[in-house]
Amino acid sequence: MEQVTRPSARVETALAGLRMVVKAGSWWREVRRHRVSYVFMAPFMTVFFGLTVAPVVVAVYLSFTYFNMLEPARWVGWANYRSLLLDDDVFLIGVKNTLLFAFIYGPVSFFSSFTLAWLINQLSRLRSLYTLSMYAPSIVSGIAISVVWLYFLAGDRYGLLNHLLMRLGVLDEPFLWLRDPRTTMPSIIIVALWMSLGNQFLVFLAGLQNVDPQLYEAAAIDGVRSRIQELWFVTIPMMKPQFLFASINAVVASLSVFDIAVALAGLPSYLYAGHTIVTHLYDYAFIRFEMGYAAAIAVLLFLLTFATGRLAFRMFSTHGAY
Amino acid sequence: MAVEARRYGRGIDFGRAGIILFLTLLAAFMSLPLVFMVNQAFKPVEELFLFPPRFFVRHPTLRNFQELLISTNTMLVPFTRYLFNSVLVTTASVALTVLSASLAAYAIAKHRAPGSALLFTLVISALMFAPHVTQIPRYMIVNSLGLIDTYWALILPALAAPYGLFLMKQFIEQVPDALLEAARADGASEWRIFWSVIMPTARPAWATLTILTFIATWNDFFTPLIFTQSEVMKTLPLALITVYGGPGQVARYGASQAATFLMTVPTIAIFILMQRRVIQTMIYSGIKS
Repeated sequence: MEQVTRPSARVETALAGLRMVVKAGSWWREVRRHRVSYVFMAPFMTVFFGLTVAPVVVAVYLSFTYFNMLEPARWVGWANYRSLLLDDDVFLIGVKNTLLFAFIYGPVSFFSSFTLAWLINQLSRLRSLYTLSMYAPSIVSGIAISVVWLYFLAGDRYGLLNHLLMRLGVLDEPFLWLRDPRTTMPSIIIVALWMSLGNQFLVFLAGLQNVDPQLYEAAAIDGVRSRIQELWFVTIPMMKPQFLFASINAVVASLSVFDIAVALAGLPSYLYAGHTIVTHLYDYAFIRFEMGYAAAIAVLLFLLTFATGRLAFRMFSTHGAY
Repeated sequence: MAVEARRYGRGIDFGRAGIILFLTLLAAFMSLPLVFMVNQAFKPVEELFLFPPRFFVRHPTLRNFQELLISTNTMLVPFTRYLFNSVLVTTASVALTVLSASLAAYAIAKHRAPGSALLFTLVISALMFAPHVTQIPRYMIVNSLGLIDTYWALILPALAAPYGLFLMKQFIEQVPDALLEAARADGASEWRIFWSVIMPTARPAWATLTILTFIATWNDFFTPLIFTQSEVMKTLPLALITVYGGPGQVARYGASQAATFLMTVPTIAIFILMQRRVIQTMIYSGIKS
């Protein structure tokens, strides 16, 4: 028996080897057949690998080192991660604030952007005027707009909100909206929501334009009667690619809240009430110049964002995988 | 048009009136800070520091703008140079970002070349990495390429924005394959298909990307701050921060309000220009399957 199987086993191996060669050959042919595609991707990918991937790889390496930008980086293993997770109470405050922010800001900005885009898309006239006024807060630069909001929320009697509330008799004396730990995060969330309609809103609006009008006619023939039914059976299924983009955008934006928190509450904020993961990162990177520690914060934030992002992919992906 | 008539031509519609009322109120509320900003720019000094604060301007004046120009004239470089830098960097960034992202997105969405799915996964993952900490390694790379203090240092890093590729890919995926096959059967080259089929069909997408990139680059403060050294290479936001003198500063408060106004005008202009391409009833609906 063995005498018989042995040559056939040898043949099997030879065949497997041959199959691999053929497979590699056909893979190479595929690559060659697609060479135009690679030319199309080349400009983006060259810059992407040079100026985004390479820095990320370096940053991950730095997260295992002590690096103050003056001396060469010194390998410290998991020490940065250990002290972040076990000893750094301020980091935990940042995590808590960031999660609170994300849980409210993410879903609210996502759904309100879509609802508004959908409503505006129903209008036939003055669409552009409505779009402009909704998008206006995102157009103005952050520096500029914080000046306006600080005027609204100022802690003295000159603040517009304090002024109004004192006039109405709700408050007897000015309230420190951005100093009191109870109102710091809520203020940040409200201002962020006000500014957030921008990007996702615009993407939804563009997505609604991309839905083929003939589909609505077909749906009407199939018995779709109301606008709500149209929304549920036609619009939402057709908008999946935009939903995916917007949800990833919302995840990234809500977990990396920084600009607004600093502009409103300062850095460091009073009693760390407005501290977030990225303000913590910024503190260590650009104030204390402990790049290794800051890189470790970035890596942890990446893991958190990536895990949440996977969830969004599970919900909205069109092709199963990416 | 027939669709519009079917969907909206139902006589007086109370639901619709309610929607319009709601949207109008919200739009008015949302644009309040913008209106406030415009008013601030034209307020004379007495009105800027009035108590109780007044929302609308009573006696509009151009003095803030004069003050802005005078204060910036004493700087090392004329104001127009900052303006030129900003316009050049923003225009180049927008054009190159849209082009490179669209090209790559088309190849990934429609060609399915070996490895392209993996590349896309990488791009999406990069989107989730906090950008602040990569600034230092990025600075080292830009520095070793000898690009510090050149226009390239301001343009290149913005070019490979992961969200640009992501956005374009999501839209181009929706272009029906039948359309591309028809074009190929007609003997069109890939380049030709890209320009004559993909780009016109994905117009809402690249118009959106144009708006997003323009606003991001025009308002960007951080990139020029770390990638430029000499005064002649600086852009408007950097020049204007010297006018502000930081938040809460009283000095040149009026000039800073005028500067804010001037910074915002181009972004609003580009938005009005491009949004007609975003919000446009599909004239290409005929070629969609």
